[in-house]
Amino acid sequence: MSTFVLLTITGLGLGAMYFLVASGLSLIYGLMGVLNFAHGAFITVGAYLAWWFGDQIGGGAGTRLVVGGALGIAGGALVAALVELVLIRPLYQRPIEQVLVTVGLALALGALVQGIWGADPKPFPVPSWMIETTTILGASVPNDRFVEIGIAAAVLVGLTAFLRYTRFGLVIRAGVENRGMVSALGIDVRRAFTIVFALGGALAALAGVLSGVYFSVVDPTRGTSLLIFAFIVVVIGGFGSIGGSAVAAVTVGLIQQYANYYASSGTGDLAVVLLLAVVLLVRPSGLAPRVAH
Amino acid sequence: MRRVAEIGVPAVVLVVLALVPKVSLDIPVVLNGPLSSPGTLQLLALCLLFAGIALTYDVLFGFTGLLSFGHALFVAAGVYMTAIALTRWEWGLWPTLGFVVLVGLALPLVLGAVSLRVGGIAFAMVTLAFAQAGEVLVQKNPYGWTGGEEGTGLNYDQIPDAFVGVLNTKNLYWLALGYAVLVFVVVRLAVNSSAGHVWRAVRENEQRVEVLGLHPYPFKLIAFVLAGFLAVLGGIVWLLLIGGATPEVTTANFTLALLVMVVLGGAGTRFGAMIGGFLYTLLDQRLGSLSGSSEVQSLPAVLRVPLSEPLFLLGTLFILLVFFVPGGLASLPLRLRGLRSRRPPLPEEAAA
Repeated sequence: MSTFVLLTITGLGLGAMYFLVASGLSLIYGLMGVLNFAHGAFITVGAYLAWWFGDQIGGGAGTRLVVGGALGIAGGALVAALVELVLIRPLYQRPIEQVLVTVGLALALGALVQGIWGADPKPFPVPSWMIETTTILGASVPNDRFVEIGIAAAVLVGLTAFLRYTRFGLVIRAGVENRGMVSALGIDVRRAFTIVFALGGALAALAGVLSGVYFSVVDPTRGTSLLIFAFIVVVIGGFGSIGGSAVAAVTVGLIQQYANYYASSGTGDLAVVLLLAVVLLVRPSGLAPRVAH
Repeated sequence: MRRVAEIGVPAVVLVVLALVPKVSLDIPVVLNGPLSSPGTLQLLALCLLFAGIALTYDVLFGFTGLLSFGHALFVAAGVYMTAIALTRWEWGLWPTLGFVVLVGLALPLVLGAVSLRVGGIAFAMVTLAFAQAGEVLVQKNPYGWTGGEEGTGLNYDQIPDAFVGVLNTKNLYWLALGYAVLVFVVVRLAVNSSAGHVWRAVRENEQRVEVLGLHPYPFKLIAFVLAGFLAVLGGIVWLLLIGGATPEVTTANFTLALLVMVVLGGAGTRFGAMIGGFLYTLLDQRLGSLSGSSEVQSLPAVLRVPLSEPLFLLGTLFILLVFFVPGGLASLPLRLRGLRSRRPPLPEEAAA
């Protein structure tokens, strides 16, 4: 029983990170039709900026994590907004070229991070109370799992409120459903594009920071490995759906943890791929309808 | 006249390439040894091999319009199945080759039959997921067959002597050249066949093909199986050339590199993918050693760090190409001619 509880909470923590990456990807694809391969680079850049700023500031692990993390997230949003303005914007109406540019960007940014900070993993600042464990139903669970789940849940609530109750949210939701109609009504959708990209970049950087806490190190391949599962989450959850991404992220995280423990290590990843194949063959549009909610 | 150029140019290129191991010419900067030295031949063989593998990917992406993110899986299948059969199961050469050929036909047939049921981005994702499953399987190291992260060596007992040892690098070079020629000929025949015409029609407009009364599905499956099978053969050559199986062939980045090669050269053109594969590999290998040179190392850090990362340079070059030369390198002659005669812009320029 205690193992099961530990696996469940760890799976939820993993799902929390998948959700943060997938929600940005899903909104970007839903609104702009861009499959953003550079999202993995945003994760890596965010995590490394957080580590680097934390290192410059010094002080306790808590201060370094919070201040460095905030600056890392801001950096991720800035990089993403710049990418949209400089590289994606000139290629509107050419979706294949947009994907290709993000592929090139993923290669270039990943290599740049490795060039600047080296290929070796860097120790991430984790406050000692996050490493300590809390006993729940007989299971000793590291406290950082609760932080990850809590932050992801807050993001889910905040993002849903943003999409439902603000004017930008309204434009984004309308754009996901029918971009042409929104433009025809005289609303500049392109501003929403930049905002969605910046938002996605910030969430990806946040996922990078949390993955730094989860694994207690950052390395240059972090972005790519998270990104592939985030893609799977997005497809299972349905493009453009935040709620769908959340459900799919939790499902994927839990399946991975259970299968890796109860079957054998690595089986979880295979099970997730199998789930994706089944979902796509049964419901090619994903589990949720194509509406941002 | 056109006909002569169509056959003559590839023939001349082929003869020149075939004679390379016999020439001890020194090409400074581009290569770091005379043409006939084993190191250079190894590098050129790798370039030719990737010219072939890139063309197999172009069958999907350039000619049929299928954006697959799982092509690495088939190369990896060729590499690992051959290495495992020879080294772990200690099979002879011919049973191994027969087995790998069977796998090379069955694997793309099954995976293609499943993944082609969806199209567009969903197809890209399913193929990515299948390739990911392959990567996980290799990392998992079932029964100690794949060797996990370290990969597995190759048992040379069953390999013909002509392909063993540094002195025989020239034979490996010819093998790689033979592979590139084989892929080129097969792809040319396929693209010019009636199925090939349907591929291009599917690329342009799949719905129109359906309206004309053809089912696109079997034609797409043929393209998928052909591309997968030729990539599996490329994996066998890769294994002989490198002398072992390493997990880098299973990664998503391997497929992305193939995509970059094809776009670099020009997708869906006669020589584009091959030129792209050759140049990309040459740059990838040579930029790495260039970054170790004293000129680059003496630069200030702002310049030195990006210049010492081949992938950064290749990624940047790729983005610039997508922006400024959308048809890839293969479209350059046409573009230059267009500039000179002030003819109307190319179709894709007009569209943009």
